[in-house]
Amino acid sequence: MGITFRKETFRDDFTFKNSPEHIRRFPFPFHEDAYMYAVNIEPHVVGPKGSVLENLIDVDEHYVAEMQDRALVLAEDPLRCQSLPHMTLAGWDLLELLMEQQALGYPEHFTLTRDGDRWRWINRPLGIDDTFTFGDTSTLPYGPMEYITRQSQGDFCILDQRDGNLWMDAGMVTTQADWSLDFDIGMNFFEWHAPVPLAHEKGIFVRALKFLTNIQQGKPARRLNWTMTINPRLDTSPENYHKWGPDRATVTPENVGDKVHLRVELQSFWRLPRSNGIVFPIRCYLIKMDELVTQPKWARRLHRVIRDLPDELANYKGLTRYRPALVEWLSKLDDGSATSPGFGPD
Amino acid sequence: MSTGTTKLDVVVSDVVPVNDLVTRFHFRRRDGELLPTFSGGAHVVVEMRDGERTRLNPYSLMGSPLDTREYTISVRRDDVGRGGSLFMHRNVRPGLEMVVSYPVNLFSLDRRARKHLMLAGGIGITPFMAQTAQLAAEGGNFELHYTCRTASLGTYADVLRERYDRRVRLYHDDLDERIELDRLLSTQPLGTHLYVCGPAGMINWVRDRAASLGWPAETVHFEHFAAPQPGLPFDVTLAVSGKTIRVDEQQSLLEAIEAAGVDPPYLCRGGVCGQCETNVVSYDGKFIHNDHWLSEEDHRSGCKIMPCVSRFEGRSLVLER
Amino acid sequence: MVAKSIISRPVYGTLSPQPGKHHLFIADAEGALAIAEIAERAPPGFFDDSEIVFIPGPDGKHIAALEALKPAQFHQAPSFASLLPRLRQTLANAHMGLRLYLSGTEGLIGQAMQVALEAGIDHTSIQTEHRGSLARRMQCVHCKGITENVTTQPATCAHCGLLLLVRDHYSRRIAAFQGVCINAEDRSEIPPMEEAFP
Repeated sequence: MGITFRKETFRDDFTFKNSPEHIRRFPFPFHEDAYMYAVNIEPHVVGPKGSVLENLIDVDEHYVAEMQDRALVLAEDPLRCQSLPHMTLAGWDLLELLMEQQALGYPEHFTLTRDGDRWRWINRPLGIDDTFTFGDTSTLPYGPMEYITRQSQGDFCILDQRDGNLWMDAGMVTTQADWSLDFDIGMNFFEWHAPVPLAHEKGIFVRALKFLTNIQQGKPARRLNWTMTINPRLDTSPENYHKWGPDRATVTPENVGDKVHLRVELQSFWRLPRSNGIVFPIRCYLIKMDELVTQPKWARRLHRVIRDLPDELANYKGLTRYRPALVEWLSKLDDGSATSPGFGPD
Repeated sequence: MSTGTTKLDVVVSDVVPVNDLVTRFHFRRRDGELLPTFSGGAHVVVEMRDGERTRLNPYSLMGSPLDTREYTISVRRDDVGRGGSLFMHRNVRPGLEMVVSYPVNLFSLDRRARKHLMLAGGIGITPFMAQTAQLAAEGGNFELHYTCRTASLGTYADVLRERYDRRVRLYHDDLDERIELDRLLSTQPLGTHLYVCGPAGMINWVRDRAASLGWPAETVHFEHFAAPQPGLPFDVTLAVSGKTIRVDEQQSLLEAIEAAGVDPPYLCRGGVCGQCETNVVSYDGKFIHNDHWLSEEDHRSGCKIMPCVSRFEGRSLVLER
Repeated sequence: MVAKSIISRPVYGTLSPQPGKHHLFIADAEGALAIAEIAERAPPGFFDDSEIVFIPGPDGKHIAALEALKPAQFHQAPSFASLLPRLRQTLANAHMGLRLYLSGTEGLIGQAMQVALEAGIDHTSIQTEHRGSLARRMQCVHCKGITENVTTQPATCAHCGLLLLVRDHYSRRIAAFQGVCINAEDRSEIPPMEEAFP
């Protein structure tokens, strides 16, 4: 039967919405009533049917609209997609991974046929049917990374592994939570995480790097991260901060439910076979407060998390200006009763 | 989460003697599917079931990464080793079902390099077989210098010369041919990366000269799997699991720990990757460290050991396992 | 000076003689003093295989001191831009064993390192020592323009005119600190501009 793809926008009139099924499957990131950094990495294995983990690369009802938004971002600013010269092979690795996974999880929408290095890729939702030579960049309209990530939800960072570190040497980044690929490309793991407060002192990145450099082929890993966004805007880049930043000043007690969105990133980590690099897909899920609070447990828990968040974290995540209005609005939905353990709705 | 590798069920598809010391083994998947793609320099850990004993030895994949119908490894017979290579030479025949790990690469090419300069000694040629195949297919810039004892023991020297012609230089010990290392290292264009695989003495020599001649450490890559050495038997107490075990002469400490049903993580089993690093709770005696992972300071401290390759002589050893 | 910073902020050391076949020094203004000091620690004959490229700056000091070291080559340039073609050619023809030493302002160190990275030198092998002005090169994350010699916090982008917070976040590839609009959420908030990087 397949997915019914929504017609919607992530800019201007902001018509993005989640269907009731997609609200239920939202990857709510808080397993308890408080939040602090942890090395919350676990094996990226298939999860329950009907969850975002049903397939290791998730395609959902927002697929077509997200790909259209990405094309708009790239037309405005091609620097959102870059690959340093030594990363082309890793781009082919990524193309193979995403084609295989999407065709495996959604055969009604995607088909990959291989005959040696002669490959045919059919993407029905986007109306693409291309035949190309694997490994020969001249047979695709874009480089391999750009080609496939124009057809895959989420941002993608490709990391080169050398000298015991990971180097962000390629990426497609158009739905980011306020960081610039153009500025950060070429940096190592510690450098591109430098602006994150508190976590360095806790030794989080040292442990995370040790884990990530040992990721093995066939054994991907994942973690969740989160922030908040005003309006369902995918492109909250620093490049355009002066354009979307003013949104933060528009939150009022009356419009919290419609304007404020929880933004969850499902980050996964995969060893790439030919290049020995690591790809780091950052899949962004948005949900507006009105939708989120249809699950009473999530409403109570989010209230407590946001209320008790350390100021440095609230500031880093850009919540400071509208946190009081948000906490006030959520408090009305928190009767103080206990929440059940775990992420899912009751 | 364990960082061990996933396993592959394979069948030996061919066994080919290459010369007096080296035999090549071919593996295919038992289910007939393609094997996972790998990158030049990767190894697999081969499980050898030898009666009661299980040996796990790492071997570099030497086939072209572009062809994953089969994996190939080359094993040099070591008559005084702990028996892994002898087992491969004597017991492994076409049709035998075996288990190998997913490929792991601890000797990866640095793809930024303007040029890849490769130095091989003896059986250290194997990772370069895969790397040169990968680079040649991409039009990469490489040069291989290969030292062997005699022409007849120059494993794959003929193949390499035929494939890559003047990009391969051979040096034969019996003809007193030596790499002019200082000259070689001083004439490489800026942005060259150096790779060396061979006996420990060769690796140390090359690293030392490269450092003296101003090659930054980031540009010098080496792979030397230490084979676990046989030694005197010793007893070990595993404090966490509450077991006391004996490590036989021909067994590694890691193998003895595994035989007792305790499974520390591992990737290389050659003292390189750091996965099986183990804390020492207490000891009375002396360590025989053979790894390339721990620092000299760690070795002196008596606080850590790499059970894949290192041993112990003395009265008592208690490990945090 | 030891204000709390972040990991991407470059850390500079003290130049020290490295093993190598050739030594290339690039310095501006007071960076010459770092070269003069390394000379006191260097083994005899060290400068026989050395080239010094120097941008003296307006007061024209330190030239004689550098010449007195008797490097194999000494070149004086009026600006970084003017020495670029020569530097690119030197690196294109160089061999492994060349060691690079950069001293002086952050702008000089960053831009010379940028050229070296493009030539295939790994940044960790480059010796650096900061001397002189703390003025920053800043890239506006919005319009991508580079503003040279930024001394204030916040600073105005010389290209698009936005008022920017000069972060400690630094890109070797761009050789600049990141500037991000400081009043994006409410343009009527104008924080006072202070001298921060003299």
